[in-house]
Amino acid sequence: MDKVTRRKFLGGATLAAAGTAMGPWVLRAGAQSGPIKIGVVLPYSGVYAVLGESITQAMELVFARENWTVAGRKIELIKEDDEMQPPVGVRKTEKLIDSDKVDILTGPVHSGILMGMRDKVHNSKTILIVSNAGADAISRERCSKWIFRTSFSNWQPCQPMGDWVAKNVSKDVFLTAPNYQAGKDMMNAFKETFVPAGGKVVAEDYPKLGETDYAPYLTKIRQSGAKAVFAFYSGTDAVNFVKQFDQFGLKQNIKLTGAGFLTEPDVLPAQGKSALGVITGHFYTPVLDNPTNQRFVKEFREKYAGKMPDGFACQGYDTAEVIVRALKVVNGNTQDKMKLVEVIEKSEFDSPRGRFRFDPKSHNVIQPFIYVREVKEVGGGLNNVPIDKVANVTDPGTGCTLPA
Amino acid sequence: MPADLFAQALNGLAYGVLLFLLSVGLTLIFGMLDVVNLAHGSFYMLGAYAGLSLIAGTGNFWLALLLAPLAVGLIGALVEVSCLRPLYRRPPLDQVLLTFGFIYLFEDLAKWIWGGRIRSIAPPDLFSGSVSVWGAIIPSYRLFVIGFGLVMALLLWLLIERTRLGAIIRAGVFDAEMTGGLGVNIKAVFTGVFAFGAALGGLSGVIAGPIQSAYPSMGVAILIPALIVVVVGGLGSLKGSLVGSLVIGQAETFGKAWLPDSSMLIIYVVMATVMLLRPQGLFGRPLK
Repeated sequence: MDKVTRRKFLGGATLAAAGTAMGPWVLRAGAQSGPIKIGVVLPYSGVYAVLGESITQAMELVFARENWTVAGRKIELIKEDDEMQPPVGVRKTEKLIDSDKVDILTGPVHSGILMGMRDKVHNSKTILIVSNAGADAISRERCSKWIFRTSFSNWQPCQPMGDWVAKNVSKDVFLTAPNYQAGKDMMNAFKETFVPAGGKVVAEDYPKLGETDYAPYLTKIRQSGAKAVFAFYSGTDAVNFVKQFDQFGLKQNIKLTGAGFLTEPDVLPAQGKSALGVITGHFYTPVLDNPTNQRFVKEFREKYAGKMPDGFACQGYDTAEVIVRALKVVNGNTQDKMKLVEVIEKSEFDSPRGRFRFDPKSHNVIQPFIYVREVKEVGGGLNNVPIDKVANVTDPGTGCTLPA
Repeated sequence: MPADLFAQALNGLAYGVLLFLLSVGLTLIFGMLDVVNLAHGSFYMLGAYAGLSLIAGTGNFWLALLLAPLAVGLIGALVEVSCLRPLYRRPPLDQVLLTFGFIYLFEDLAKWIWGGRIRSIAPPDLFSGSVSVWGAIIPSYRLFVIGFGLVMALLLWLLIERTRLGAIIRAGVFDAEMTGGLGVNIKAVFTGVFAFGAALGGLSGVIAGPIQSAYPSMGVAILIPALIVVVVGGLGSLKGSLVGSLVIGQAETFGKAWLPDSSMLIIYVVMATVMLLRPQGLFGRPLK
């Protein structure tokens, strides 16, 4: 046993010595020959499969534009289904880092998975570009110099809405969101500006994630005397909440507002006319009239059978854009990770949502704008039409001390 | 305050009646075949999707309400004849695993046919608005659900207590082997009951569609409350299924209204209390 260990050690030492002798020149040659491996941890099954699908489709649109090659190296996507379950997501992350040895990691949708994979990513010095999960903590006390986020922090789409709703809709508001971290994060962000603007939170309710019958909560909303509701729901929850809100006849007297996910294009067709007039805050809407977005919407719809890109697709687009641009700057060298981090940190380009930049303090995206959007009928279909906007929405990054 | 209580009680009644339509098929299958059919939620989901397609195709909600359960019942019959029948002599765990497998099969099938996105189902025009009942405002469709469910309960009771077919089913629930010995084609009755239970699951799916929309995992979400209803009401009992549904419907609704942060707690407390005091459920046969 002792002997074997020593022989192994000697063998390793010899190789290491040879490596050092031949210098970084050998490493670079090795790095530039094989494909660049990009690991993707997203939900491809379950309730949020449609989010994973949108993000992946937009990423593939960008990579296809580059002919799946950057600086002479092939781009290889290794996709793993996290099933929206933290233990699964963490296991898949470990697989991608330890056995596939990916150069860059992207994902996940679920904040719980992001928090679960954070230490593995940080300790293994793997570059992670977060393409959805909004957990505030990852831009704050749990930030890491290896982690960037192209999507949003939960705080970002909600904080500007507090002030806006108090001034333009009503000062008597009922808050409601699913009973988990993102829901609480978003309602707290709303209150940060709503209360100082003279707003009064009439009451708040946090139904379970995946609720199907909102009747008891809707009855409470009616009886509370609130003039408006600020809500965060996503996916099937968003469809059922918005439809039942309308079915209970609340729309006539109470204005429904919320975080943008409430009326994203993934749920709008199912909500139908029930969503008309709903006002939400979000960093993106497919009707933005900048040239990058117009091209993106056109190419996306051509490639994916007329499907309207949503905010998730915009996140996927920006994630791939950050990766491709950074790899071009370092000429495909993925070995020098510190250099790659520095380059990614300086990313700046025209995204469908506006001018894209990271906040160097937290590695979280600075939202060029949070748009206040109202659901209207546009060209025969429903869409989120901007009626106001707030510029340069930057997460406070409290407790984050990059570079760490 | 009484107006608030009444409004919530009405919400609870609508939800409870929906649970009844779902759980009665589950309890019937269990009572007759001794099979815990975990795929019952899938029949509910398939019913919602079949309703969706039939409404899209015919433009008629009522036709869909009639035809979708027949389609789901047919699928149920196929499942029973092809997969479940060979397993009756095996331990119950094998049947549970089989029906558990069908959950995934049907979910992927739905995704394949209808896509993963949530699809909404419009209520019939007649019940598209909301109405005020003694100060409580409720969607008129939910009032229809309450009426429909209570009529269905009455019809099922007449079928089981007042017809020859019902007598065979009751005998089968009591002792399937002995019933077979009396010259009843028990195999056919098993298939028929399973198909009928599946059709009821499908029917509840069509009814739920305009309230909860249709999505592939909807069957899994509703399975737990349905199983709780069956445990509370008593396995294999129609009356138990009705009373259990109404009790759980009220418990969950008032739980959400009064203890929103732990809304599911109350229904588990109700279940635990019933199991402590009456392990066989409110209307179940005493345990041997």
